[in-house]
Amino acid sequence: MSDVPVPLTPTIRPATPADLDAIIALDQEMTGMSKPDYWRGVFDRFGNGSEGCILVASDGDRFVGFIVGEVRAWEFGSPPCGWVFALGVPQDVRLRGVGSLLFDGLCERFRQAGVKTIRTMLARDALLIMSFFRSQGMVGGPFIQLEKELAG
Amino acid sequence: MNLQMATRHALFAILELAAQPDRQVAAAEIAEKYGISLNHLSKVLRTLGRLGLVEAVRGVGGGYRFVGNARRVTLLDIIGAFETVGTPAASHREPGDDTAEGRALRSVMEEIDILTRATLSSITVETMLKMIRRSQWNAPPAA
Ligand SMILES: CC(C)(COP(=O)(O)OP(=O)(O)OC[C@H]1O[C@@H](n2cnc3c(N)ncnc32)[C@H](O)[C@@H]1OP(=O)(O)O)[C@@H](O)C(=O)NCCC(=O)NCCS
Repeated sequence: MSDVPVPLTPTIRPATPADLDAIIALDQEMTGMSKPDYWRGVFDRFGNGSEGCILVASDGDRFVGFIVGEVRAWEFGSPPCGWVFALGVPQDVRLRGVGSLLFDGLCERFRQAGVKTIRTMLARDALLIMSFFRSQGMVGGPFIQLEKELAG
Repeated sequence: MNLQMATRHALFAILELAAQPDRQVAAAEIAEKYGISLNHLSKVLRTLGRLGLVEAVRGVGGGYRFVGNARRVTLLDIIGAFETVGTPAASHREPGDDTAEGRALRSVMEEIDILTRATLSSITVETMLKMIRRSQWNAPPAA
């Protein structure tokens, strides 16, 4: 039978500059690539909450995850909708509900911004994160991604 | 994509049993709910038993229960136990496959297959149960 881990109930709050190092480190752990400049850029654009939002989960003093999203309008002809760009929870606290709380937190932000749809794009072999988004009720949407190799 | 009859029976059985983890459900009860043959369903349940997904409980009030991990078992795990999902492996050659036309056709079919597999393998039994609960809440009560 499934052994259900004890849920964590971290605080979900907007990221501050003090969270950046933890986000950069977790992203490196998940993707195998360190991208401090990229993350500083994301924080400069989104950290103040005007264009988008970065939420972090903290359990006491401990950083236990982040999610990044933004409302975008009329790209690809779509009415305003909330995009999730990145999400991560450290390995040792996974499956304890933290990802769901971060996702709910972002949905709430989007709702307050008047948006009715949340959307994301994933590698089709990223099954863990795809299973996660599906467990949150996300389903295939009306767009399909196409691409072409450009001859060099 | 059309699912074969045994596959549909297997999916219904798993969803029915996983939705009621504390109960043993009689095969006849499942067969009646979905309007399917008890005979066919019993065969399917035996296969699911061999796969370690369900367990038969004998005796009075006996029946079947789901013993897999609903948060890990995916639709592809169940469907793949009963039928081949998508086009057969590249090693299986069909007439015309080695022509330019055959290769172009194969690449289109493979694109579809990859999406099908990604979809089926990202939906767990637990996610299906959530979808079912949501549609029950949204649906008007049966007349
Ligand atoms: C995806 C991720 C954020 C989930 O976080 P989490 O805190 O473990 O998620 P939760 O505990 O809230 O789980 C929520 C749901 O996801 C499902 N889920 C989580 N991990 C899963 C897995 N390995 N397989 C299948 N489903 C899984 C859970 O079963 C749960 O579903 P349920 O409610 O139906 O039971 C986390 O695993 C992660 O950070 N993974 C790496 C992400 C990554 O690669 N990011 C880089 C690109 S952005």
